Amino acid sequence: MTATPAAIRFAGVGQVFQTQSGALEALRGVDMTIDRHEFVAVLGPSGCGKSTLLRLTSGLLMPTRGTIEVFGKKVTEPRDDIGIVFQRPTLLPWATIEDNVLFPVRHKTGSVSPDDRKTAQALIEKVGLKDFEKRLPDELSGGMQQRVGIARALFMNPDILLMDEPFSALDALTREEMGFELLRIWEDQPKTVMFITHSISEAVLLADRILVMGERPGSIVENLKTDIPRPRDMETSNNQLMHDYVGHLRSLLLKRAA
Amino acid sequence: MARAMVTPALLPVGTFVAIIAVWEISCHLFAIPSFVLPAPSRILGGFGSIDILRWFEHVWGTLRVAMIGYFVSIAVAIPIAIALARSQVLSRAFYPILVIVQSTPVVAIAPIIIVALGSGDLPRVVITCLITFFPLVVSTTTGLMATPPELIELSRSLRAPVFREISQIRLPYAIPYIFSALKISVTLAVIGAVVAEFVAAEKGLGYFIQFSTSMFKVQQAWAGLVILVLMSLVLFQAVIAVQRIWFPWSLPKDK
Repeated sequence: MTATPAAIRFAGVGQVFQTQSGALEALRGVDMTIDRHEFVAVLGPSGCGKSTLLRLTSGLLMPTRGTIEVFGKKVTEPRDDIGIVFQRPTLLPWATIEDNVLFPVRHKTGSVSPDDRKTAQALIEKVGLKDFEKRLPDELSGGMQQRVGIARALFMNPDILLMDEPFSALDALTREEMGFELLRIWEDQPKTVMFITHSISEAVLLADRILVMGERPGSIVENLKTDIPRPRDMETSNNQLMHDYVGHLRSLLLKRAA
Repeated sequence: MARAMVTPALLPVGTFVAIIAVWEISCHLFAIPSFVLPAPSRILGGFGSIDILRWFEHVWGTLRVAMIGYFVSIAVAIPIAIALARSQVLSRAFYPILVIVQSTPVVAIAPIIIVALGSGDLPRVVITCLITFFPLVVSTTTGLMATPPELIELSRSLRAPVFREISQIRLPYAIPYIFSALKISVTLAVIGAVVAEFVAAEKGLGYFIQFSTSMFKVQQAWAGLVILVLMSLVLFQAVIAVQRIWFPWSLPKDK
């Protein structure tokens, strides 16, 4: 096949952690692919190895078994074309919003060029934080801080965006708003997104495809492609199709938990 | 609003004035001998018992040793803390030794150090370092380890050099911890300098107090003590001011 390789490909991936109380099998036999510019949500209960999946993709963690490829190349170390958004914004409390967005380049190379500043400025505007450049993180709300976290992850213009339950610390309303915000950014500048979440409705609302993970050892138990039309907005939440998917996933997860 | 601001500030001042007044009155009322407890007014007189230039000499003697010891201690403690925070092996190997050093009473080891290193500034600085060193190392190490793991992952995902992980993430995150140790250590530095002067010195406030008591000039010794306390307070406030001015983000949020 000469088609372009998948953005992310897991083949027979297993992960065992050595802990003080013995070996802990986090993942077993994970096979999956994510295509370029696809928005995929990974849905599962806490402790099912969702975050492990993300860390393996980013190259921060090496699999015990199997292989992981990003754009057809085996992952052996962190790559420049992957950006990560964490559950907590974890901004530098002493640095301004602008400096937090510039952090990746300053941290990697030790210097910041005028072009970098322009990029940062554009990103800050894109995530809706114009005029907040010189503020410190603790002057911003949780949602605004996570916007900075997204801008920081986008700074190196990555092809792949890994998001580890990025909105789970936010209140319900802000959470929904941030979801739409993320879709707007993604539609404007397509990226491959792996979005970890334990919220069924969030997964359905945002993603093209949902990978459901089963509990320990984690593996993918369902691969659900949704065809809710885009662009999605507040109206989508009331869409009958959306309700059907949510219902299906809920009963699936409840059955597994029982 | 204005009243709420004034009252808390005036409260300790009022308490202080009241204590001084009770002290003064008691000394006269019960005819307490001045070698037991001189009245505040007599202590005030103690300040005049030697020339102001001699006071400066003594203050400078103590201050110089305390400050040299303090800064040497900082310069040594922070790199050691970085090494301990980076390496489990180093930390396992050296931590018990640090605890032993800390457990050695400085007052007991001071005469030994003076004999070993002579009577110049060096042994006094070493004694000051010994007493200030431990809180700095422990606090800085704790601070370096307190960095959110996400930022370390971010640093690794960027494949950034280790020195930048330390200088741009870990050390700034340790700032609040470092400052709490700096506050403790600056008063310890004064104690270290005074202990050293008790053992061997020809000037300094510690020497002055010991010399005065051996001559039964108790109010003079008390005057020296007051200056020593003031010196500690000023240094402590200076550290707080440095943190306020250059690291305002590291202060605890008052909510």
